[in-house]
Amino acid sequence: MKIPLSQIAHARSGDKGDTSNIGIIAYEPEFYPMLVREVTPEKVATFFDGFCKGKVERFELPNLGALNFLLHETLGGGGTFSLRIDAQGKTLGAALLRMEIDVEANEIAKTNHRR
Amino acid sequence: MIRIANGQGFWGDWLEAPVRLVEQGPLNYLTLDYLAEVTMSILQKQKQKDPSKGYATDFPTLIGRIKDAVLAKNIRVIANAGGVNPVECARAVHKLAPELKVAVIHGDNVLDKLDEWLRAGHAMKNLDTGEELSTIRENILSANAYIGAFPVAEALATGAQVIIAGRCTDTALALAPMLYEFGWKQDDWNHLAAGTVAGHIIECGAQATGGNCQADWQSIPDLANIGYPIVEAEPDGTFVVTKHEGTGGRVNIDSVKEQLLYELGDPKNYITPDCVADFSTIQVAADGPNRVKVSGIEGRERTPFIKLSISHSAGWKSTGTLVYSYPDALSKAKAANRIIRQRLSDLGLHFDEIHTEYFGVNACHGISAPPVADPAEVMLRIGVRGDSRTAVDRFTREIVPLVLNGPPTATGFGDGRPAVHEVVAYWPALVPRELIETHVEVVE
Repeated sequence: MKIPLSQIAHARSGDKGDTSNIGIIAYEPEFYPMLVREVTPEKVATFFDGFCKGKVERFELPNLGALNFLLHETLGGGGTFSLRIDAQGKTLGAALLRMEIDVEANEIAKTNHRR
Repeated sequence: MIRIANGQGFWGDWLEAPVRLVEQGPLNYLTLDYLAEVTMSILQKQKQKDPSKGYATDFPTLIGRIKDAVLAKNIRVIANAGGVNPVECARAVHKLAPELKVAVIHGDNVLDKLDEWLRAGHAMKNLDTGEELSTIRENILSANAYIGAFPVAEALATGAQVIIAGRCTDTALALAPMLYEFGWKQDDWNHLAAGTVAGHIIECGAQATGGNCQADWQSIPDLANIGYPIVEAEPDGTFVVTKHEGTGGRVNIDSVKEQLLYELGDPKNYITPDCVADFSTIQVAADGPNRVKVSGIEGRERTPFIKLSISHSAGWKSTGTLVYSYPDALSKAKAANRIIRQRLSDLGLHFDEIHTEYFGVNACHGISAPPVADPAEVMLRIGVRGDSRTAVDRFTREIVPLVLNGPPTATGFGDGRPAVHEVVAYWPALVPRELIETHVEVVE
């Protein structure tokens, strides 16, 4: 079944120059393997196709049940260079939470109390 | 155990936060982070106009407000408020609080050394692009080295109650009191990494205590009275993240994890002047209401380089907006965008970039935003950037006329033509560590 990523994870995003950093954090430790399996750099690059003009890097943090993404060339030059309203990519974590992922029903039995 | 708080995540953060931190509960150290990458260039310009300026002017005012509590509770204040003029900042503090001993840290401002270093073969290439510094040498506005925690600890050793740094790292503000209190050594890599992680968690103020927290945000209590973060640090490198009792917000595993991930690059290589912290070793655990215990942190030897933050002018920009209402708001905004671009082209104006966003439709999320069916209103947001101030200035005259000579139902032009801003770009570079010499001065 397909669910939005927001059902199993929360996020915070920020900037490093023209690179957007998006942290995706599993609500429960047992959701982390789903993040690793479903939220691949390739899918993230496709999700932000054209918006992210550079490569997408992914780093795993199993200790925090989290993934850290670096989206290069994504913030219109970054900092004061950028003409974007969200020049720091503050909202891109929330954007990524809308991405649909494929899960088995039994994998997400615990998700009802979260959004 | 020592309690270290952060009461300012950036210059412009909540003025009441540091006042409440010193008044609403126990505290040993109050840290304040005032500097973003481009702040230095603004301060450098202010100093050029007036040699007594060039620091975070909010800071002396704050000290004036909190000096009684600071003295009564023996709280020590550490701030990178000095900008490019820490001595003048200290003098301003002294004027408002003569009873407080103030120390400043020198050595981060390297603007006068760049040419000597270039001649000596230090290329200072742009870390992101690899470009040579010579390509922007004439346009450089400021150049500062990121100072680590050891010079700040040295300043604490003078007994000063207020420590003023220039461009020291955000994480050094919190690590320094741990070095000073616990006697951690230059090569205690795990401890240095632990203090660095503590600094990372509190450096953005309330982002650790429920501010900008996406997890269950609607249930976070009393954001109006949000408590700013406090680290209870132990000599063994473990610490608890918390806030004063009775304050709003929430410290839990979710809020701490979100902040740990904030502005993070490669988690195994979090590089500071003090050490390389490994974020993949961090363990977090609930420790009662509004308390999260952090432990297990490992670090590695610092690199032989110090990072420079160089800023340079890079042209001009301006962004204008117009609001179109239902019906067909998006179509009208798109038509207006085409008309503006055609008029700019017909005027023979050239820009490095023209950027259009449809606010209410896709401005924040771009391609990933879902389609919106005929919204009540859409804001056209169009900006230009280029080398010619004249061209950018001419662009600012092309927005408001659309109200009368473009598609129907345009409004929201009350502020008239948009302002023109100088673009100040950030140039990160490395130099060998030996080139950076710091010293501490007690300002009487």
